[in-house]
Amino acid sequence: MSTVVFAHHGMTPAERLRDAGWIAFVALILGVPLIGLTTVDVGGRLAVDTRFGLLAVAVVAAFAGRLALRWAIDSLRAHKQSKARQHTADTLSSRARTLSMVLGWMALGVSIALPIFFSDNRYVVDTATTVLIYVMLGWGLNVVVGLAGLLDLGYVAFYAVGAYSYALLSTQYGWGFWEALPVSGALAAMFGILLGYPILRLRGDYLAIVTLGFGEIIRVVLLNWTEFSGGPNGISSIPRPSFFGLEFTRSAPEGGHSFASFFGLEFSAMHRLIFLYYLILVLALLTHAFVSRLRKLPVGRAWEALREDEIACKAMGMNTTNIKLSAFAIGAMLGGFAGVFFAARQGFISPESFTFSESAIILAIVVLGGMGSQLGVVLAATLLVLIPEFGRNFAEYRMLLFGMAMVLIMIWKPGGLLSHREPTLRLRDPRAKAATTEGAQ
Amino acid sequence: MSTLLSVRDLTMRFGGLTAIDDLSLEVPAGKITGIIGPNGAGKTTLFNCLTGFYKPTVGTLRLAHPRRGELRLEKLPSHRVARDAQVVRTFQNIRLFPKMTVLENLIVAQHNVLQRASRFSLAGLFSLPGYRRAEREAVERARTWLERLRLTQFADDAAGALPYGTQRRIEIARALCVDPVLLCLDEPAAGLNPRESAELNELLLYLCDELGIAILLIEHDMSVVMNVSDHICVINYGRKIAEGTPDAVKNDPHVIKAYLGEDDEEGVMQAYDETEERAS
Repeated sequence: MSTVVFAHHGMTPAERLRDAGWIAFVALILGVPLIGLTTVDVGGRLAVDTRFGLLAVAVVAAFAGRLALRWAIDSLRAHKQSKARQHTADTLSSRARTLSMVLGWMALGVSIALPIFFSDNRYVVDTATTVLIYVMLGWGLNVVVGLAGLLDLGYVAFYAVGAYSYALLSTQYGWGFWEALPVSGALAAMFGILLGYPILRLRGDYLAIVTLGFGEIIRVVLLNWTEFSGGPNGISSIPRPSFFGLEFTRSAPEGGHSFASFFGLEFSAMHRLIFLYYLILVLALLTHAFVSRLRKLPVGRAWEALREDEIACKAMGMNTTNIKLSAFAIGAMLGGFAGVFFAARQGFISPESFTFSESAIILAIVVLGGMGSQLGVVLAATLLVLIPEFGRNFAEYRMLLFGMAMVLIMIWKPGGLLSHREPTLRLRDPRAKAATTEGAQ
Repeated sequence: MSTLLSVRDLTMRFGGLTAIDDLSLEVPAGKITGIIGPNGAGKTTLFNCLTGFYKPTVGTLRLAHPRRGELRLEKLPSHRVARDAQVVRTFQNIRLFPKMTVLENLIVAQHNVLQRASRFSLAGLFSLPGYRRAEREAVERARTWLERLRLTQFADDAAGALPYGTQRRIEIARALCVDPVLLCLDEPAAGLNPRESAELNELLLYLCDELGIAILLIEHDMSVVMNVSDHICVINYGRKIAEGTPDAVKNDPHVIKAYLGEDDEEGVMQAYDETEERAS
């Protein structure tokens, strides 16, 4: 097997050795002053001491490491090429379609069944809820970045707008979760348009910088406007959503029922957690249905066309201003919904929760998932939430692990985990087409 | 013969550079008007002014729209030039939506019709009958053009992955889906082989004779431009140096001078004859 790989890439073992030798040589030259020589304190004077043993170890490590790295990269590439040769584009696309169908239904099944199997495990349900919040945020940002191709580094601002809207409406005016949800979403959409309007003419890096700034502005305003948002203390005792008017409390209110007493259950703190889990699941599924449908409508196709070529869009008579603003507004609205849920779940919010690193993680979810792919977002969100969780055992190395996983995914799948794009409509039925090509063969 | 577009005293300056210098031009309805000139003569700049991508420094662009009356193109933003004035262009360096399929490219071109039918996406979200009908009609229209330009077999393939000549045809098909009154083609034969160029000639004549679409054609391939144009306008250094029927232009001393320099008067004719031979 390995000889095939060598032959294919025209890199003989001798060449590999020479390549690694060069790296070892560079390591040696750098290593002499860095590792080989060291200063020691000899009775108040400094003297130079040598550590050639350690240097030798470092050079050998560089040599072996280079060999291993080369081999890993080449075999990965060879693997990819042989795979590409095996499949024609057509079978690949139908295979990707089946795969994502199966994965999608599996994910749905698992997410519905999860709280049933882990009904007494607070940690699992909590983490799954976090995953779903990120899935929803990812789907929202996917509209802006994945479909419309507008790089937004300040998405967390809309998340914050949604969360603070609900927190203020409920604590100040006594609004319930369900009344506040659409209003907060609309407010976030308004902020989306507000941000979108001045930056219509910007593209790429410049757009990213301005959106980054906008995200920070919202956070800094929330941090400093103490009378309005409580500043760094945040807003606490935000009311939790109720189950059709039934509160998740230990004792039933005067003349009414709590969730547990109404259904004749023993009170358990898990009831609320599981309810919250299903709530975000429903919200996320609604988001998914909404975005998938939009993608197949003129506005969704216009977003994708905008990502592909803005000038061609104008030449086709499309008003790119409206298209961009609609992408910002819808993306922001979905972020706002997620924010409302976040505030209701936490019961306490502060500007701490809406830092730039949140934006970066949401963006990473969209990019890792494969721009524009709905299922990819689910996979990436699961991965990005779970890796740091599993990494807890490694304490301070956990972010290192996180970074390494990201780099590996990008090497392995530069287009994202699921980069297959499904057309929004076809002239021919794909199954009929696959059947005819199989018949021809 | 009525005038569809009249360009008056058009000047376009970029800082110190005058790309178009006091150019006047008439484009007749239902005819093919060729625009030729050496590289850098200002042909594409003229297109950019016409389609709203540049705002002309001086000058007027009057379009006598058959249904909407007179429109001043220089005052419209680029998307309204295509949407309201129905002046649609293609690009010298093809600009498709590469990751979308050919069919999707043609559907996107009908965005405004579909967007209206989807009523701000509400009718579309709930898939109401009115929207479904509009979508079916859009697909039918796309299918008609795909068949006319022999693109049906590529309908469900990503546009960016197809051969160059095919992409050129897709771009024309996409422009036709916008329902143009005036179609501006920027070097549609560039990169086509002689057989494909001959097919292009046939298509252009069909559009013009059968459908009455006026065509403005920038082209370097003389076998295309000389054969199909009813009228040719020659530009050099942003100025019009000659105008007339293909035969008149071919023999115009100014044109020969612009293309080949002072002395060699036979050159253009020779070059033209050679391309003729290659095509046939």
